[in-house]
Amino acid sequence: MVKRILKYAFITLVLLFLYAPIVLLVIYSFNDSSVIGIWSNKWTFRLYVDLYNDKDLLQTVWNTLLLAILAGVISTVLGTIGAIGMFYSKKKTYKVLSGITNIPVINAEIVTAISIALVCSLLAFGRTYASLLIGHVVLCFPFVVLNVLPKLKQMNPNIYEASLDLGASPTKALFTVIIPQILPGIFSGFLMAITLSLDDYIITTFTKPSTFFTKPSTFDTISTYVYDAYAKGGRNSSIPALRALSTIIFVVMILVIVIANLRASKRRDK
Amino acid sequence: MKKVSFSRKHLGIPYALFLIAFVVFPLLLIVFYAFTDANGHITFMNFINFFKSNANLTALFISLGLALCTTIICILLAYPVAYFLAKSSASKSSVLLLLFILPMWINFVLRTAAMKELLFAIGFIQNNKLSFLNTIIGMVYDYLPFAILPIYTVLSKMDKNLVEASKDLGASPIKAFFDVTVPLSKPGIISAITMIFLPTMTSYVISDTLGNGNITIIGKLIENQFSSVFNWNMGSAIALILLVFIFATMTFSGKFTDKEEINARGSGLW
Repeated sequence: MVKRILKYAFITLVLLFLYAPIVLLVIYSFNDSSVIGIWSNKWTFRLYVDLYNDKDLLQTVWNTLLLAILAGVISTVLGTIGAIGMFYSKKKTYKVLSGITNIPVINAEIVTAISIALVCSLLAFGRTYASLLIGHVVLCFPFVVLNVLPKLKQMNPNIYEASLDLGASPTKALFTVIIPQILPGIFSGFLMAITLSLDDYIITTFTKPSTFFTKPSTFDTISTYVYDAYAKGGRNSSIPALRALSTIIFVVMILVIVIANLRASKRRDK
Repeated sequence: MKKVSFSRKHLGIPYALFLIAFVVFPLLLIVFYAFTDANGHITFMNFINFFKSNANLTALFISLGLALCTTIICILLAYPVAYFLAKSSASKSSVLLLLFILPMWINFVLRTAAMKELLFAIGFIQNNKLSFLNTIIGMVYDYLPFAILPIYTVLSKMDKNLVEASKDLGASPIKAFFDVTVPLSKPGIISAITMIFLPTMTSYVISDTLGNGNITIIGKLIENQFSSVFNWNMGSAIALILLVFIFATMTFSGKFTDKEEINARGSGLW
């Protein structure tokens, strides 16, 4: 009995630790106090109105989403091509390609970030949207490969041969036989790519458009915006409207994840 | 005349080109910059200067300390949680697990900012003596889900009969836990270590946001060289020193687990 109580107390404490900051932000998003911890007056939606009127902040949200979708699509195409290409190559080629694919996974993000920044400055196109996109693709594509490869391994190799025997061209067989078989892997790779891109700070800050390697820049994602506000803006700076944005992001993410999991478990039950 | 026809493995060619251009070549560029000076002459001065500077060595020491503390605390917190979850009924554990890993999907800069607000509200941020502690709290907060997930995965797949057998053979529950369960869950612990140790050495977002300007880690040193000192050669040299640590961690973890498992960073997310 005591053991049970201890067990649940421990689990509750850890959950409390994980959710306390989030809950605090959510509560204070309905209050216009400039500092969290001091509750001013009453509940209000003013911060949400502020957010709606804050063009910079909304642009930041849009930048983040567009970048994540672009990087997600490109890395999914690239990762799928790569996974198929290496899987059907000679064993030696496969080993080399998959080894290199794993480098960005193992490597510290900051090393990847500066390496891309160096290349882009060397190629003379400097830091533009292209370098940012390349950075994000390099961050994301290995995870697509890692999601697609197991599906290729599970696939029955004979059906591809059968489709060729029945007269399909290799291209047709690729699109009508292989791709449909590995689609779940491609899809989960795509979702992971988007998640990684949305979460990224370091690669973004080193590759985002800016004239030099300087910080007053022209392009921000949510990550860089929040970092600049909280880490650079001194001791107790906070942008109250960010609380409203955070709350919206938290709620949307929680809804997406819960719905995705409910659907997944329903599918399992069937 | 031999007809050149398309086959699946040809997809590997564009992929290999991409890898060379944006993974291999950038890394070689870092090596090149690290061993040259501003004029392009070969030199070892970057490394000598790095180890001569007390500030740099302090940063290296602080990074290692932070990474060590964070990793140990994360595993000490995550292991019991993962253990309880793995022992609960299937329906209960899947809901609870979701609760524990849900924060992984929320932008980590936002979560760190939320933690800053919380620590500010209770007066921790204002106290300069607590900077190291605040940074550790933030890092544990951000990385705890990454420890729970792999340990839970290993524990839930473990053959429960082995524990039963050890008890039948006379082991006390505590002895059975430490002699059977813990050794069997080693792959999960190792993969948790690899997912936490390296990022904590480099993710300066957390130390910048919560450290009140008192905590400089190795990732921050690299950032400084690139965005305020503009010494790319020195920055690359530090990145190369970091790569040594990455390599060491990989060799260490490679000894205990097969590659597939280590590379599964973020697997199970979707």
